[in-house]
Amino acid sequence: MSAVSHSLEHGHHAHQPSGLMRWITTTNHKDIGSMYLIFSFIMFLSGGVMALTIRAELFAPGLQVVQPEFFNQLTTMHGLVMVFGAIMPAFVGFANWQIPLMIGASDMAFARMNNWSFWLLPPAALLLLGSFFVPGGATAAGWTLYAPLSVQMGMGMDLTIFAVHIMGISSIMGAINIVVTILNMRAPGMTLMKMPLFCWTWLITAYLLIAVMPVLAGAVTMILTDRHFGTSFFNAAGGGDPVLYQHVFWFFGHPEVYIMILPAFGIVSQVIPTFARKPLFGYASMVYATASIAILSFTVWAHHMFTTGLPAAGQLFFMYATMLIAVPTGVKVFNWVATMWRGSMTFETPMLFSVGFLFVFTMGGFTGLICAIAPIDIQLQDTYYVVAHFHYVLVAGSLFALFSGAYYWLPKWTGHMYDEKLGKIHFWCSIVFFNITFFPMHFLGLAGMPRRIPDYNPMFADFNLMASIGAFGFGFSQLIFLAVVVKCIRGGERAAAKPWEGAEGLEWTVPSPAPYHTFEEPPVVK
Amino acid sequence: MRHTTRPAISVAALLAALPASASDARYNLQTPVTGIAEQIHGMHSWMLVICLVIFVGVFGVMFWSVFKHRKSKGAVAAHFHENTTVEIAWTVIPVLILLGMAYPATKTVIAMKDTSNPDITIKATGYQWMWGYDYLKGEGEGVRFFSSMSTPREQIEGGAAKGAHYLLEVDNPVVVPVGKKIRILTTANDVIHAWWVPAFGVKQDAIPGFIRDTWFRADKEGVYRGNCAELCGKEHGFMPIEVRVVSAEQYAAWVAEQKKRMATQAQPAAPQASASTASAG
Ligand SMILES: [Cu+2]
Repeated sequence: MSAVSHSLEHGHHAHQPSGLMRWITTTNHKDIGSMYLIFSFIMFLSGGVMALTIRAELFAPGLQVVQPEFFNQLTTMHGLVMVFGAIMPAFVGFANWQIPLMIGASDMAFARMNNWSFWLLPPAALLLLGSFFVPGGATAAGWTLYAPLSVQMGMGMDLTIFAVHIMGISSIMGAINIVVTILNMRAPGMTLMKMPLFCWTWLITAYLLIAVMPVLAGAVTMILTDRHFGTSFFNAAGGGDPVLYQHVFWFFGHPEVYIMILPAFGIVSQVIPTFARKPLFGYASMVYATASIAILSFTVWAHHMFTTGLPAAGQLFFMYATMLIAVPTGVKVFNWVATMWRGSMTFETPMLFSVGFLFVFTMGGFTGLICAIAPIDIQLQDTYYVVAHFHYVLVAGSLFALFSGAYYWLPKWTGHMYDEKLGKIHFWCSIVFFNITFFPMHFLGLAGMPRRIPDYNPMFADFNLMASIGAFGFGFSQLIFLAVVVKCIRGGERAAAKPWEGAEGLEWTVPSPAPYHTFEEPPVVK
Repeated sequence: MRHTTRPAISVAALLAALPASASDARYNLQTPVTGIAEQIHGMHSWMLVICLVIFVGVFGVMFWSVFKHRKSKGAVAAHFHENTTVEIAWTVIPVLILLGMAYPATKTVIAMKDTSNPDITIKATGYQWMWGYDYLKGEGEGVRFFSSMSTPREQIEGGAAKGAHYLLEVDNPVVVPVGKKIRILTTANDVIHAWWVPAFGVKQDAIPGFIRDTWFRADKEGVYRGNCAELCGKEHGFMPIEVRVVSAEQYAAWVAEQKKRMATQAQPAAPQASASTASAG
């Protein structure tokens, strides 16, 4: 603890601008982590408003709220904002706050670059959201930005391309920072295989980011030059191929799916052992499973393209490779259940969200396995079944894990306990409304309702009505989270250094709230 | 393959206790009318059963633990954190289950890809936002027409009651004879579309500048409806597909009628002109 009091003192002496300049110039991992988290929550609410507008239009058959053109802009921007604005930055926020605390480092390896990787995001977000207001509106080509439709779009598309470039640079810098921090700045004695699993999952995720963000940048740059500079990468009349775009995009896009879920696995792997008061089952196999998922994720991209007319051999290869991912994913689920088995469990909000994650994410895993079967996928591709599937893994998966982590570490971040009762209400509202929203979508997709349509046949009306009601319930439930966090920052019961009885790890050895500077002298891990 | 999946289908139906009638697929894939769609339907039911069994197994254990191994019930935490035997078992068993799933799927993939020896070949061209059809080979060769949604605008905007086939009806449906192998070539004029008829188990992207193909053999006469399945711009939700499967005699009569129409009429309307009316309408 002497290291900590020393660092407190140091913090008071540091020369620091105050007010807005503090936040603009900060190189402190905790400040930057907080900014990432706040930014991602704002984007989450923006993307949520778009989702609710979509669900309002789909409340009943017929066109009532928006016109088809604007509807397509909403589905596109909802996807882009949630993926690049909400989920990814939220995980980077967790990485910033927690990785130095968990490995006993004083800060991130490249503190100035860290500042820059955050401050690239607000301009990118402004470009994305601002594109609604340019002539022609935002891009309406779907978040996948398939050519040649994206080549047809107005200038909103150019703004999106630019935004994707900026966010990509930000992600790459953030990822390099995380890799270097983890590999070089671990406290003495903390070998890689002693590292908390959250750090492992982020280390692997960071490599994925470095590998695939440049691929996305390449794909959108080719669209840009097709649009404005006379190239024909994706235009058959000029010797190009529209399907090439899909290959390049999904070579990025499938690892991207794991970029959004591996850190979630990491959070859940911290939370479940804490509240089961029992060490994580199969730590080593968790690490290997994470690594195999990451490697396999490079070999499955064309399972998004089974309807493009791949040759039989291609369909079979991508089908087998995709099915194989079920194995390491299954190992993880079994490990979490085995961790809970014969534990001594309590169910505070972080644990509720982790168990909720496990239950609902696994349902998304099953529909993923069903979609892996090429002939079935050909029926379900681009239907509401797929919409249900990826919301089960992205909302009930990534988002629930983020909530779990937020409740878990809020006492460390703010120094106060959050309101447990409100937290539990937030969980139960979220999981109930989530299922009311997305479960019926499986039936819609099976029965033949395509995705990305503003209007539908009345035979789909009742399930759409249900989904819309659920969506509004889910959306408003998230305001409870906002209330909990605001309340927790303002005050509340003082949190101990280790507020959770079963918690283990270096982050719980520093006081709550974590002092501005921690581990200036590295702790020793035995 | 068939006799292995049949019991599975009935088990699935029993387990889920689905109230859907055979014709009204509210909770499942649409009633199949081709061999391929039937295989897909069977495979899906079969996988649903396997997933359900695993689900009940895994979450049975989890919820047992959630209710029994609580601190409030005096549970004391055990300390085990690995078990090689168990870990190998739950890696190997899933692999075996996956192999069982991959085998029928492989056979279906190969069958779906076999577009050889068709009785009739039809080219479907996607336009923003309608379909064009050319009967290229077989009975009806030379027939060509455009097919756009026929649902009136008032129904969409709420000025009129919605019909039963709201958004799934067209002015000129595709007509094919029952029991014949129909090969569909797909391409597009502008952006990527996808030709999808769920009851046939057919969905094939229509890619501008390229030709792809797929096939079906409908076993039952009737009208089957589908949609464009690839986002293709603002009227994407309004370019349905309607296929009428008729008897050989009715088909011959239809072909004769189409030939007469084409002889008396000039060429069908240029796609651009029709496309603009479609988007205005
Ligand atoms: Cu289309």
